[in-house]
Amino acid sequence: MPGPAHHPQPFTSQRQAVPAERRAPVYALVGNPNCGKSTLFNALTGLKQKVGNYPGVTVEKKTGTTYSQHGRPITVIDLPGTYSLAARSPDEAIVRDVLLGRRTDTAQPDRIICIVDATNLERNLYLVHQVLDLGRPAILVLNMMDLAVAAGLNLRVARLEHELGIPVIPCEAANGKGILELRLAMSRTDLPLSRHHWDIPAPIAPAVSELQASLIENDGKQPLIARAEALLLLTDQDVVRVAGSTPLSDVTAAILAGWKKRWEGQGVDWSGTLVASRYEAISRLCAEVVLRAARTGPSVSDRIDQVVVHPLWAWLVLGGIMTALFLSIFTLAEYPMNWIDGEVAALGTWVKGAMPPGDLRDLFTDGAIAGVGGIVVFLPQILILFFFLGLLESTGYMARAAFIMDRLMSRVGLNGKSFIPLLGSYACAIPGIMATRTIEDAKDRLVTILVAPLMSCSARLPVYLLMIAALLPADRVSVGAKVGLMLLMYALGTAGAFAFAWLFKKTLLKGEPPLMIMELPPYRLPRLKDVLLHMLERAGLFLRRAGTIILGISILLWFLTTHPKTSGDVTTQEQIAHSFAGMAGRALEPVIRPLGFDWRIGIGLISSFAAREVFVSSMGVVFGVEDSRGKDTTPLRAALRQAHWPGGAPLFTPLVCLTLMIYYVFAMQCMSTIAVVKRETNSWRWPLFQTAYMTGAAWLLCLVVYQAGRALGL
Amino acid sequence: MESTIKLSQLAIGSKAVVRELPRQGHASLRLREMGVLPGVAITLVRTAPFGDPLEIQVRGYNLTLRKSEAEQVMVEISKAET
Repeated sequence: MPGPAHHPQPFTSQRQAVPAERRAPVYALVGNPNCGKSTLFNALTGLKQKVGNYPGVTVEKKTGTTYSQHGRPITVIDLPGTYSLAARSPDEAIVRDVLLGRRTDTAQPDRIICIVDATNLERNLYLVHQVLDLGRPAILVLNMMDLAVAAGLNLRVARLEHELGIPVIPCEAANGKGILELRLAMSRTDLPLSRHHWDIPAPIAPAVSELQASLIENDGKQPLIARAEALLLLTDQDVVRVAGSTPLSDVTAAILAGWKKRWEGQGVDWSGTLVASRYEAISRLCAEVVLRAARTGPSVSDRIDQVVVHPLWAWLVLGGIMTALFLSIFTLAEYPMNWIDGEVAALGTWVKGAMPPGDLRDLFTDGAIAGVGGIVVFLPQILILFFFLGLLESTGYMARAAFIMDRLMSRVGLNGKSFIPLLGSYACAIPGIMATRTIEDAKDRLVTILVAPLMSCSARLPVYLLMIAALLPADRVSVGAKVGLMLLMYALGTAGAFAFAWLFKKTLLKGEPPLMIMELPPYRLPRLKDVLLHMLERAGLFLRRAGTIILGISILLWFLTTHPKTSGDVTTQEQIAHSFAGMAGRALEPVIRPLGFDWRIGIGLISSFAAREVFVSSMGVVFGVEDSRGKDTTPLRAALRQAHWPGGAPLFTPLVCLTLMIYYVFAMQCMSTIAVVKRETNSWRWPLFQTAYMTGAAWLLCLVVYQAGRALGL
Repeated sequence: MESTIKLSQLAIGSKAVVRELPRQGHASLRLREMGVLPGVAITLVRTAPFGDPLEIQVRGYNLTLRKSEAEQVMVEISKAET
């Protein structure tokens, strides 16, 4: 019969009616990054997962359902990977706040599954040590037991179980071994509390007691949680707060500040002492449990790293991986892209046939279907990029790339972790921006998000190709010159991204230089299932998050280019000229004329706000070349070359073509990016700022180039 | 002992024992939580291609830190031959 201490009180404030014994318990899954947590979560819950966001923060909330041995559903919350409960990033703050029951949107988990990498018990146990303080029944999962055995480690599982007083389950989540045993343990109704105890260092103990008392009295905490929280308050240096979490009461905050002041006066290193005493307890435990056979020679990872981070070979490996990435994005993606293009067109035609003619039909076909289709067509590229990013992450290469690139990135005040998101943005800024979640520092992450769309993405290619073709007729200029010009545009975007990153870090988002304290995990073979699941999850998030905004802007743009209706039988060319977009183009002309653009180009700029490649098709409409959607832009090029200003001067001079390309390098012409940035930063402020600075920079640079070119007589 | 130097000055491949970390600061606390504490044995595995950041082995795993962070960590070179 378990005593009262083994039965923590259910949280009455959050769950009034159902007693803990009857309601299926909620488990939280906690562990370090790279310990196989996602694999275990997938193995437990299969496809029964829900991915969302914690309200007010851009941290993913993953919950899944697994079943007890009697078939009862058990909820599992997969918390972000962290090394410590002393939070430094929003992700880590969520782990801390959920476990401490500080969040109103997520009930405090009843029980905790701690997963550790058995090959690296000592450091992994640090988090476990903090978690066991929380006074919740817990299960410890020793994952990657096979690798631990292969590395020559001999772990005394029974001894560890005895020392901690909680079930310890050896496991190989990747092979499904140990999952059954874990499920059995999760089904237990009498899951014990940990027996582990450790001595809080003497100079700190009175402060912990006082804070604990205040947390119970003033913050309404349970005694055990209050003790754990008191300990955490002492290692949280500048406490990361996230939206949606209950703040400390004033009394407790004042007590904390008082102690810190006293210790500073006495020269007591309170946080260091606490960390050290935890590690001492862990080292003692490990001495009992880990029988380490002497390792012979360097590990496989060491041998791989001798090449992968070698001063010379590193660049070849990085270059090779990137080439493979971009080749697959541009070649593999083409087939599904063509197919989607065809299907979207077919759907449009079908709806056109099925509905009576009128505004409503056009709204569906030309507005919603064409607009959303224009984004969906990029989905294959986005999926491939997500797949590659997941692969790089799960093999351990991502950390190496960050390690190699850190020095270069630090020149502009960022750290190596910004490299992969920026690189991915060459294909598409959306996966790039969504990949910034691995950047811990909030300011660094924001800077990376702000500059990522400056990397020339694949949607700019059609614009570049059209302009290069118009600028440099094939018969007169070598292919080399065209390729050179194209590379110049990519270089310009990259330089712009770094220049703006530097500027933002110096001014707007000034912060401490980011840390580069990062684990280089051992290389692991990726599990295809996990990578694919991750890819689908990301793509789904993008579609759900950006979907409504993309639909809204598509319909708005359709309306602007087709209304007001011109009476009588007119061509689409005349219709667009008299539409709101045409009016806006004309109204815009004074602003863009100094760049060498007329109102017709203005229409192109406005309509391609949806996505850059739309510029090509709207130029087709504006200059009366129907069916410019096809691959062959020869008629369009001819039409562009014949386009003139009212006075007779040619419109698309080489200088104007060049200026237009530069405009597309810098200007924010992508509603999907805006939508994703809005979701990732949780406000309209940053996407609007981003649109303003990018388009402003584009205008200014085009002005300089065009006017300088004119002055030089081009 | 005179053999106490900055971690950033340690030669690649050599082993050392951590002696001192700065009391305050982000980097210091994070390093400690990652197990880099006074008394712990470390090995400088390598540096990144540009000489920064550094890769060390500590408590059986590999950790990176910047040179500027390593300058704050004092270590004592281990005499034991490898």
